[in-house]
Amino acid sequence: MRRWSPSLWIGIGLLAVIVLAGLFAPWLTPYDPLRQDYGAALRPPGPGHWFGTDSLGRDIFTRSLYAIRTDLVIGFWTTYVPMVVGVLLGAYAGLVRGWFDTVLMRVIDTALAFPFLVLIIVILAILGPGTQNIYIAVFLVGWTMYARLARAEMLVEGGKDYILAARTLGYPTSRILLRHALPNIIGSSIVFSMSDFVLNILLVSGLSFLGLGVPAPTPEWGAMVAEGKDFMQQAWWISTLPGLMIVVTGVALALLGDGLTHRLGDRHVTGG
Amino acid sequence: MSPAADAGALLRVEALEIAFRVRGGDVLATRGVSFEVRQGETLGLVGESGSGKSVLCRALLRLLPSPPAQIRGGRVLFDGVDLLALPEARMREIRGTDIAMVFQNPMTSLSPVWPIGDQVTEGLRIHRGLSKSAARDRGVELLRAIGIPDAARRYDDHPSQWSGGMLQRAVIAMAMACGPRLLLADEPTTALDVTIQEQILALLADLQAKNGMAMVLVSHDIGVVAETCDRIAVMYAGTLVETGPAAEVLGNPRHPYTLGLMRSSPRMDEHATRLQPIPGQPPDLARPAPGCPFVERCTFARDACRHESVRLREVAPGHASACLFPESVV
Amino acid sequence: MWIFRFVGLRLLQAIPVLLGITLVAFLAIHLVPGDPVRIMLQGRASDAAVAEINARLGLDQPLLVQYGRFVGRAVTGDLGTSIIQRAPVSKIVTERLIPSSFLLAYATLLSVLLAVPLAVWAAARRDRFADHVIRIAGTVSFAMPSFWIGLILILGFGLTLKWFPIAGFGQGFWGHVRHLFLPALTIALFLAPLLIQSLRAAMLDAMTAEHVEVARAKGLGERRILFKYVLRAALIPVVTILAVNIGWMVSGSVIVEAVFSVAGLGMLLVHAVSTRDYPVIQGLTLVFALMVIGVNLLADVACALIDRRTRNA
Repeated sequence: MRRWSPSLWIGIGLLAVIVLAGLFAPWLTPYDPLRQDYGAALRPPGPGHWFGTDSLGRDIFTRSLYAIRTDLVIGFWTTYVPMVVGVLLGAYAGLVRGWFDTVLMRVIDTALAFPFLVLIIVILAILGPGTQNIYIAVFLVGWTMYARLARAEMLVEGGKDYILAARTLGYPTSRILLRHALPNIIGSSIVFSMSDFVLNILLVSGLSFLGLGVPAPTPEWGAMVAEGKDFMQQAWWISTLPGLMIVVTGVALALLGDGLTHRLGDRHVTGG
Repeated sequence: MSPAADAGALLRVEALEIAFRVRGGDVLATRGVSFEVRQGETLGLVGESGSGKSVLCRALLRLLPSPPAQIRGGRVLFDGVDLLALPEARMREIRGTDIAMVFQNPMTSLSPVWPIGDQVTEGLRIHRGLSKSAARDRGVELLRAIGIPDAARRYDDHPSQWSGGMLQRAVIAMAMACGPRLLLADEPTTALDVTIQEQILALLADLQAKNGMAMVLVSHDIGVVAETCDRIAVMYAGTLVETGPAAEVLGNPRHPYTLGLMRSSPRMDEHATRLQPIPGQPPDLARPAPGCPFVERCTFARDACRHESVRLREVAPGHASACLFPESVV
Repeated sequence: MWIFRFVGLRLLQAIPVLLGITLVAFLAIHLVPGDPVRIMLQGRASDAAVAEINARLGLDQPLLVQYGRFVGRAVTGDLGTSIIQRAPVSKIVTERLIPSSFLLAYATLLSVLLAVPLAVWAAARRDRFADHVIRIAGTVSFAMPSFWIGLILILGFGLTLKWFPIAGFGQGFWGHVRHLFLPALTIALFLAPLLIQSLRAAMLDAMTAEHVEVARAKGLGERRILFKYVLRAALIPVVTILAVNIGWMVSGSVIVEAVFSVAGLGMLLVHAVSTRDYPVIQGLTLVFALMVIGVNLLADVACALIDRRTRNA
């Protein structure tokens, strides 16, 4: 089914709304995401405060909108930097084989032997918490899935006649890789990147929830959920509504990925 | 078609019409197909791929998934009982016991996770209530009878351990397990090497002679059916275009499509030196046109062929053709 | 017996990875910028005390010697000593292993109980209403952060309905079952969609496989075909998906343990990171990786038992 499925459209539409809301946050709300107002603390959702206020009197809707910038930006870079690096490394390894391939595969096997979050937490334990270190930690680990995916595709593609033809014509490896092979092996990585994007947003918000992520006053969904954890009974909205933003963003990306899978053809894509 | 109803008819198919519901309309897979198979005889059903042979076989056993398949009309009389009207539970008892089927690809005909012997004798345990050990004894006999050496030891082998030819033997043994009266063999040799094909055809003929069962042998190669069949039915674009005794049809073909099939078969010895493919493509079954379905590819076509409806008509005793001008076919 | 040869071969193949994970665990303490001992003691210690601890931990030796010792001790089960908790790491970790393993096994069970019927239903109603609903629910469920689901479940089933306890591990087997129900469900809600997706695809493959049609032609009933042929063929993808996702389950359990205050390995890790207890972090790094490798080995064995074609792979 190579067509524009409804899930693709809904995904793109939802994501566009979210991105625009993040970009135009200052015009969409009269409040400041950081200013505390103890007089207005723990207000339930209502006309003045659509999502209510937190224990410091900050407007949760405002903070949720500003958090779009934090989460989507971190999610984007932690997905696509590793994707570019991983696909290039994996495809190269699959094309040239030999010692480079062997070493790379051992490194990937080792990295994938760790639960992803555990490895990230250990790296953060070494580097210390903080946004910048989250980038470093995910860059160090995230490329491995893409490298494995691209390598597997390359092994299949590399045996096909057009690659062999390019090789017999003496084209340089870089040209074969970038011009001939890459367009044919990138599809599965793009599809995987959609669910990886979701997973990375879950990761960043999860780290912040554990207190290892984005530092305190910056609006971030996971950190906001954590802030409301102790107020669950008297002020359910503090945790629930920012969490809902994560769900909506995740669903938008997942639908987009679903639609792309259909469009790129139902190739079997392994993730996890 | 049909000459006077034959008392010996085991299977009578009358005006069977099968449609597939697909996006953008219905596709008629078979249109008004009628034929019969007598006790103990072999009917060869030939035609190009897509002509409806396999669909027809599956419809006889009611194996077509519905939706999308739909039986629009006709009857399938087995021993005088209309199979299409039976409840599913009764139909299930007939499958494997009275009518069995052998499929095209032996490599995928058996589940890879269970032992071969277990699958061969499963019908005996289900239909005949044999115990596991009784089924095993019988299964070893069956495997031996179809020429598997050391059958007792190989009973527990898995399909991945056998070659395609051996697996097709096992599939045949599986079909023969409950002693069916009719065997439907859907391209049983197509997926096999040429040398193995001969062995399998010989095995089928041998089993048939020993058990006195009737067989429908489906093939796209008229040469395959020429060797083993008593009668031949030629199928084109969902309709039967020629039926009759094998010698009669092959010796004196009365439909241009039959002639085309003979000339394009490497097995028909007299034409082996120069094979002639049939030009053109079969018609689109979703958009049936009036007139003869073969008209676009026919070298004998005349104006009348484009609009006059065609049906099987007897050209000689027991020999029928759907050609409007059967006598001009040479 | 093929199974000994099979497991032995797999263990041999795992050696490079085992060396890799010990290296990562070893480096966890050595890559810390500055002096890890000073960081652990948070500047409360004199230079003499720092030097003494450095010597006791062997941190003054050459790196290669230290790595050799680290691996040598790890093989015998000695994971070092926590300065902060003043106890052997192996003892601290072992205490926490049971709640975490219980939680993971429970979550796996719940996922399978959720996923199998839904996947069978979705496959049977392919492209119809139920199939779409199950797929959409899976997409939404997959996008829900586990810490958030956990809090919602606490709010709903714990605080409001008071059906389940919202924290701790409980006493005795049934106490564990009750206490860990919500945490296990939280993990299952993340895992089940992945299982449903692959199981549905595997079932559709299996349902249209030619050998299923052959089985039907033999006169087998639909129920027998479903259980003996279709589900059996679909079992391997399920085992594989569970194994592939054990890393995600463990990741999820770290967060879920924090939400539900379950005193397992995940809580220990978060606690160790915040107190900079590097020997414990090291030990946990090893244990977590060994869990993943162990589960994958088990899955390989299970697959080989189900389908003998995978035995020679």
